[in-house]
Amino acid sequence: MVDVAVIGVGMMKWGELWDKSLRAVFVEAALNAIDDAGVDRIDSMYVGCMTSGLFTGQEHLGALMADYLGVCPIPATRVESACASGGIAFRQGLIEVASGMSEIVLVGGVEKMTDVDGGGATYALSTAADQEYEDYNGVTFPGLYAMMARAHMEKYGTTRKQLSEVAVKNHDNGSKNPNAQFRMKLTVDKVAGSVMVADPLTILDCSPITDGAAAAIICPLETAKKISKKPLVRVTGSGQATDTIALHQRKDVTWLAAAEIAAEKAYKMAGVKPSDIDLAEVHDCFTIAEICAIEALGFAEKGKGGPVSENGETAIGGRIPINTSGGLKSKGHPVGATGVAQICEITEQLRGESGERQVKDAKRGLTQNMGGTCASSVVHILEVA
Amino acid sequence: MSTSARYWREIPQRYRYEASKCKGCGAVWFPPRLICAECGKREFEDVTLSNTGKVQTFTVIRVAPNEFCDESPYAIGVVELDDGVMIQCQIVDCLPEEIKTGMPVKIEFRKVKQEGQAGIINYGYKAVPAA
Ligand SMILES: [Zn+2]
Repeated sequence: MVDVAVIGVGMMKWGELWDKSLRAVFVEAALNAIDDAGVDRIDSMYVGCMTSGLFTGQEHLGALMADYLGVCPIPATRVESACASGGIAFRQGLIEVASGMSEIVLVGGVEKMTDVDGGGATYALSTAADQEYEDYNGVTFPGLYAMMARAHMEKYGTTRKQLSEVAVKNHDNGSKNPNAQFRMKLTVDKVAGSVMVADPLTILDCSPITDGAAAAIICPLETAKKISKKPLVRVTGSGQATDTIALHQRKDVTWLAAAEIAAEKAYKMAGVKPSDIDLAEVHDCFTIAEICAIEALGFAEKGKGGPVSENGETAIGGRIPINTSGGLKSKGHPVGATGVAQICEITEQLRGESGERQVKDAKRGLTQNMGGTCASSVVHILEVA
Repeated sequence: MSTSARYWREIPQRYRYEASKCKGCGAVWFPPRLICAECGKREFEDVTLSNTGKVQTFTVIRVAPNEFCDESPYAIGVVELDDGVMIQCQIVDCLPEEIKTGMPVKIEFRKVKQEGQAGIINYGYKAVPAA
């Protein structure tokens, strides 16, 4: 297998981008990545996207984005795994470069979520759950994560304040990220006191509806040494796993088994353990999701995600900074783009380009992206080469 | 939006709680499957789910999908039936604040929602307090 490096990343300002189309959002991030890498060609590309068909009526994104990026006739492949679409698109690009099939590959992720109203967006997102045996009864994604939250609170004593601390920390980080959608700071009382969406989760426990894209350029490490002018970042680990589509069919609804198994595979491939990781971007679609994710990844003991989030261990400057970008909570969650944006944040951190939110001496970072209630998850480990 | 065929083919599960029990390992699957995810066997016998169980976790939906917006707030929970099968359904005939984890419930046949402009009624199962 060929060693693979990330040589370019491209973000953009995320938010409710009423003046920008699905294709324009994608191409803006892709061009930023191409400029960052300084490459003059792309050999193949991947587009992570959950459900552009339901959000905008547009499918066939591989061809559309290759066309508007001006790179036809290169192969372009769309990847879908609900909210893990971006991270799994990155893994597909990684496999293509590692196999030697292609040299310079662009992986982008995109979602344009504000061309439908709130009800339309709720419906589009709900298609990641079991349509016949979950959604049929009137559940929503906040509802599914709320059931995980209640179970976690009753089983481990996780508190309302600990949930709020996740949101407060991620908004603190996001306030330092010019690309983040919601840069305002929060307090624990404000999070707990905001409108209840699905008990015990309030609106400020939830990630927002966002338009946005992110992109990365990858190539063999040997090629990167010749053409890249940036500090080199190598992809050393990758793992992916699945779980039951329906939350209620799991033996333990508080445990993200797919994230745990994806992480085990990535740690093994990289030859490292959780304590070797300097920082991580995890899938905080809801505050409880970050608490469960840091347990599954081995950054907190089982059941201890709440106290670890409350005592500052996951803040910048703490033992294991989590979601320095602001996470899905503050930066925004254009579902198909999220997994790729996590790669962008870790790459910039490892290059020392993160300004106010830079983690000191960051040498090794991890990304964890998941679909639905973690019926799919993908983990990557990136290191300074 | 469902077509009639899509609704009709789930009727054995939604109206009659029909499940399949693996002839290899005894695992009960609801809805029925073509291959057992525990042991890989492909032979099953038909069984009917237990209609009593306990609430494992629950929530109260306050921001509902369009099809349910007239109903909110309403409670939804994960119920472990007495035969060990886990299902998800609404918990009704009680106030949301009366629901507790571990609460015994009975599974009953109820109207779940009304579909489309014609208002076709969709049925299914809901949990009600057992006592
Ligand atoms: Zn079996």
